[in-house]
Amino acid sequence: MNTTAHLWDYLPILIMAIVALGFVITVMALTHAVGPRRKNAVKDDPFECGIPVQGNARTPFSIKYFLVAILFVLFDVEVIFMYPWAVNFRELGVFGLWEMFAFMGLMIIGLVYIIRRGALKWE
Amino acid sequence: MITEYLFWFLAFVSVFGGVATILSRNPVHSVLYLILTFFAIAGHYLLLNAQFLAAVHVIVYAGAIMVLFLYVIMMLNLNRLDAEKRTLIGKVTSAVSAGLLLLVMVGVARGGSEAGEAPAESIDAGLVENLGQVLYRDFLLPFEMASVLFLGAMVGAVFLSKKELNS
Repeated sequence: MNTTAHLWDYLPILIMAIVALGFVITVMALTHAVGPRRKNAVKDDPFECGIPVQGNARTPFSIKYFLVAILFVLFDVEVIFMYPWAVNFRELGVFGLWEMFAFMGLMIIGLVYIIRRGALKWE
Repeated sequence: MITEYLFWFLAFVSVFGGVATILSRNPVHSVLYLILTFFAIAGHYLLLNAQFLAAVHVIVYAGAIMVLFLYVIMMLNLNRLDAEKRTLIGKVTSAVSAGLLLLVMVGVARGGSEAGEAPAESIDAGLVENLGQVLYRDFLLPFEMASVLFLGAMVGAVFLSKKELNS
C-alpha cells in the first residue's frame, strides 16, 4: 500500500481523539486522587437525601423508548445518504434531484405511517 | 511500513474486542467491547481508503446502533437470579444456531478467498465526492432499494410495538 504519506492527514483527528480520551482519563484519575472517599450504606444510596429506594432499577421498561430510538436510527441513516448527494448536487443535476425525490418520497410515506399510527404519541 | 503495523494493531484490537464481547458476563461490558470493535473496524475502513464509510461507521454504529443495543439490554431482565435460569434446551438451540451461522460465515470467507484480491482502488475512491458519483450513478437501484428497506423497517418497528400503542 502506498498510503503512508496519506496517513498523516489523519493527524488532527488522532490529536483530537487523544485529547478527548486524555481529558476523560485525567479528570477521572484526578477525581479519584483528590476527592474524599467516604463509603457507607447511606452515602452509597442512589438518593442520599430522598425517599427510600423501592425495588430494582433494572426492570423492563416500555417499548416506546426503543421505538423512538429505532426510528431515530432510520432517519439518521437517511440523512447520511443525503450527504454524498448534496456534495455532488451540481454534477448529478436534475436526474439526481428526481432520484432523491423518489428516495425521500418513500421515507415520507413511512413518516406519515408512523404519525398516523400514533407511534410517537406519548400519553 | 506504518500501515502494516497499523493493520496488525487494528486487527488485534478488533479480534480482542469481538472475543471480549461474547466472553464477558456483564452485558454492558459486552456493549463497551463492541464499541471498541466498531472503532477498530472504522480504522480498517480508513486503511482501505474508505474515509466516508469510516466516518459513517463511527456515527451510526458507535453512536446510534450502540444506543439501540443499550436499550435492548435495559429491556432485558438483568437481575442476577435470571442469569442462572438458562435451560439445557435453550443452550442447545443457541449453540446449534450459532454454529450454523459460523458455518455460513466460514463458507463465505472460503468462497471469497478463491476470488482473489480485490483490485486496489485509488486513494481518493472513498472520499465523499467520488463515493456520491458512484453511488448515485452506478448503484442507483441499490440506493433506491435502501429506501424500501427503510420503509419496511419503519412499518415493522411500529407494527411490532402496536399492541402497546393501542392499549
